[in-house]
Amino acid sequence: MEKTIDLNGKSYAVIPEVETVQQLLEHLELGDRILIVEKNKEILQKEHYDAPIMDRDQIEIIHFVGGG
Amino acid sequence: MIKKYSRQELFSPIGLTGQQRIRDAKVFVLGAGALGSSGAEMLVRAGVGELTIVDRDILEWTNLHRQQLYSEQDVVDQLPKAIAAEKRLRAINSDVKIRGIVADVTPENVLELFEGHQFVLDGTDNIETRLLANDAALQLHIPFFMGACVGSYGLTFPIGVAEGQPCLHCLLEVLPPQSLTCDTVGVISPIVVTTAARQVAELLKHITGAEMQPRLESVDLWSGERAAIDVHSMKKSSCPSCSEKPTYPFLSASEVVRTAVLCGRDTVQLTWPKNRQVELAPFADSIRGTVTNLVHNPYLVSCEYHDHRLVLFRDGRMLVHGTKDVSQARKIVAGLLG
Ligand SMILES: [Zn+2]
Repeated sequence: MEKTIDLNGKSYAVIPEVETVQQLLEHLELGDRILIVEKNKEILQKEHYDAPIMDRDQIEIIHFVGGG
Repeated sequence: MIKKYSRQELFSPIGLTGQQRIRDAKVFVLGAGALGSSGAEMLVRAGVGELTIVDRDILEWTNLHRQQLYSEQDVVDQLPKAIAAEKRLRAINSDVKIRGIVADVTPENVLELFEGHQFVLDGTDNIETRLLANDAALQLHIPFFMGACVGSYGLTFPIGVAEGQPCLHCLLEVLPPQSLTCDTVGVISPIVVTTAARQVAELLKHITGAEMQPRLESVDLWSGERAAIDVHSMKKSSCPSCSEKPTYPFLSASEVVRTAVLCGRDTVQLTWPKNRQVELAPFADSIRGTVTNLVHNPYLVSCEYHDHRLVLFRDGRMLVHGTKDVSQARKIVAGLLG
């Protein structure tokens, strides 16, 4: 089934291969970054990145960067 | 009477009372690069009482597209950023007591530098220095307004503004690999100004006594993505930086020559321990016959040597441009210092 989530305030169509938060992060090429991930207003600890992505989930991802 | 701040006072959350609090504020700006330039200019125009701005670097042509305090002439003059920033900020608002300091902020000097200020604004370009500032600000009970940006993406987080909130160390369990992004992705000035504006807005809110809801926020001006995460559940009772019995691990100084690859630049910085510092004048005299394009001014000695530009600052740091290789930089410097 086609899933559409709210990702960082924008509507985002999830490709079928992406089933978990971890797979989403890898798909977004954020896998090796330092991240804070929130799913449906709850912060997701790293050990729970295998949580499945459901249609209409609200996901926010903030990655840390060095510059300034 | 000149009414410089009337439009700011008319803004009701600030008012005359808020303006007086802004006037009484002493702010430390950590770094005079892009975020530091932008944030310092806003704070000086807002009429803070005192502003100290510290930076370790000199100006480059590649800075001008986003570092709003500087002119082409400042680059030609090879001014340290802290000196050029001080000059420009004084011209913007003579009400503010402004001090520019050319120095690298290190575990050895950070507490001394922050002391006497009530707020720290983040204008540094690397996470290590942010964690150092986080520790120092927590130890001194000074709020620290973190900000960072690369590309078209920026993030902000105010620390020490609300009871029981997490610190930066709580959010970062592991340090990311050094300068993962800034070397490769560049940066555009709109995200600099946006990020600095958010930092300064939080700072002004805090000064004027507004209720703070510290959130980790990010925005990407190109993609239009944004996020705001309530991170209060990430407060760690065992955090070495903000627990009941903190050890402030990032304040531990080392006794060796420290090296750092500067973010976004082909440059290595060498820092000698305090008791082994290299003095400007003797250094300039000793290399006069060996190097080309020697410049010696009150702040620094700069020269060309084996196709690298070297800059020695008065505080004993040296920048080796044209390399990211720490051991090569050490070798080049050893060629001059023996
Ligand atoms: Zn903490």
